[in-house]
Amino acid sequence: MADEPLVLGIETSCDETGVGIVRGHTLLADAIASSVDEHARFGGVVPEVASRAHLEAMVPTIQRALKEAGVAASDLDGIAVTAGPGLAGALLVGTSAAKAYAYALGKPLYGVNHLASHICVDQLEHGALPEPTMALLVSGGHSSLLLAPDITSDVRPLGSTIDDAAGEAFDKVARVLNLGFPGGPVIDRMAREGDPEAIAFPRGLTGSRDPKYDFSFSGLKTAVARWIEAKRAAGEEVPVADVSASFQEAVVDVLTRKAVRACKDHGVDHLMIGGGVAANSRLRAMAERRCEDAGITLRVPRPKLCTDNGAMVAALGAEMVARNRPHSAWELSADSSLPVTEPHVPAPGHEHRHGVPHSHHGHGHSHDHVHEVSKDNLYS
Amino acid sequence: MLLLALDTATPAVSAALLSCDPAPDGGRPAPRVLAEAREVDARRHGELLLPAVDRVLDEAGLKLDAVTDIVVGVGPGPYTGLRVGLVTAATFGAALDVPVHGLCSLDGIAYAAGIEEPFVVATDARRKEVYWARYADFRTRTTDPAVDRPADIAEQVAGVPAVGAGAVLYDGTFDGLRADGPEHQSAAALGALAAEKLARGETLLPPRPLYLRRPDAQVPANYKVVTPK
Ligand SMILES: [Zn+2]
Repeated sequence: MADEPLVLGIETSCDETGVGIVRGHTLLADAIASSVDEHARFGGVVPEVASRAHLEAMVPTIQRALKEAGVAASDLDGIAVTAGPGLAGALLVGTSAAKAYAYALGKPLYGVNHLASHICVDQLEHGALPEPTMALLVSGGHSSLLLAPDITSDVRPLGSTIDDAAGEAFDKVARVLNLGFPGGPVIDRMAREGDPEAIAFPRGLTGSRDPKYDFSFSGLKTAVARWIEAKRAAGEEVPVADVSASFQEAVVDVLTRKAVRACKDHGVDHLMIGGGVAANSRLRAMAERRCEDAGITLRVPRPKLCTDNGAMVAALGAEMVARNRPHSAWELSADSSLPVTEPHVPAPGHEHRHGVPHSHHGHGHSHDHVHEVSKDNLYS
Repeated sequence: MLLLALDTATPAVSAALLSCDPAPDGGRPAPRVLAEAREVDARRHGELLLPAVDRVLDEAGLKLDAVTDIVVGVGPGPYTGLRVGLVTAATFGAALDVPVHGLCSLDGIAYAAGIEEPFVVATDARRKEVYWARYADFRTRTTDPAVDRPADIAEQVAGVPAVGAGAVLYDGTFDGLRADGPEHQSAAALGALAAEKLARGETLLPPRPLYLRRPDAQVPANYKVVTPK
């Protein structure tokens, strides 16, 4: 539909410079420049290396996205950007670029939450999100179970990791096995040749008195390292495929078990899985089986939409425009620890005005809320 | 020419709008500062820059699309803040389809100092170091910008007139400190210098950061063994 909002989204919270363009629920462009190769020899993302790469890649990636989408910048209805959470210096490059772009084009700016964006991206794959949506977000940076009654205004954290993120555990185990960085894809590949039941690795926080929806992967990671070290100390060969499969099974078992339980407990009949680890083939397979058994519809976007990208930011931005949410101020700051409960960062004076329709979206970032407030006063 | 100048390489977040038209008698064009906004806050570059741009345009009664050239200080300066100016300038340039010129940020401070004899400019590079360069006069830099510990360059700068927050911070080393010299960057000075150079047909720097240091990153030796000894 031509009257759906056309939004460009910028994502720079970690090591991917992403610029996506969407029209409503339709993906038009998903341009990515990654600095992952520059981080590989460090065994993890180096913030300063990421920030330098974002600066280099920013404008070329915007231009690539516009070309890919075949739209003119002047036709955009808004510019969305990840305001947080993420690496502070990296976020700052994206927010500064988004502000400059929005200002130069005379378009409204929407600073949005990275986690809510990971959920909202599924609209590009499977259409409108059911309300509420249950979401399991798993990546190198996050492991969260979220309940989202309204992705633009109401996202509730049910649980998260108390130590390492799931993706981090993959990276660390890959390092112990000398498989390189990032660890997720290579362990997934190795695991296909291995026996997931060869080694009984621990399932963190699954006792009856443990928090129901929180995760812990640090103990698992240590158990795997000890197991490998014992083999090496005994002069035996480490069965890389079996270790990979058994470790992966432990992670995926806990993730899917808790996610399905959260759906049942909250009466939600579908589950979306996002984040880089959602690309894991075993996670997808086990989630499919367990959801089917429980009568839950599973929604997992294609892998490229699960990892960090600009399209997910554009998708949430488009939803903000469609629902008339207030835009952000030019003073918008990057917030490395933006709470998941804040799907976007409206201009001051708008914080508690969700659901109030705003007619004024095109221009004027400092005055449009003034008469809203005074109108309230007049009629109160 | 309507020039927008930005600099975020020092604690000052600065934006200025300058016009630079040929003099009526055909003489050298004199840059005119139409508006300048400047706030000193080393921690809020990201929040302050766009509102500063908005203010200078508002004050001059102009819209961004009237700008014909953008000049940005490329540092050296603490990276996180420095990148705010650079990415803002680059994005404006792309959106407006106008050229973006880079200029060494120390040169703007030197120009603002207006000193006609040899002197040095030093800014705070944190970690007990300074970014600095030597000048023959306020328009002419004679060394590449460098990052050094003050003690290591003490002999070179002893008795030499000095300006900038780095010289203020280490005035024992920079003992020729000019008490009335500029401490931080002013985009108006940077823009005026750029306008002069452009009018002379000079090519300025590409708008890319002068970091002068490699990122702090250690290649991990190996993973930490977890088996208790
Ligand atoms: Zn992410």
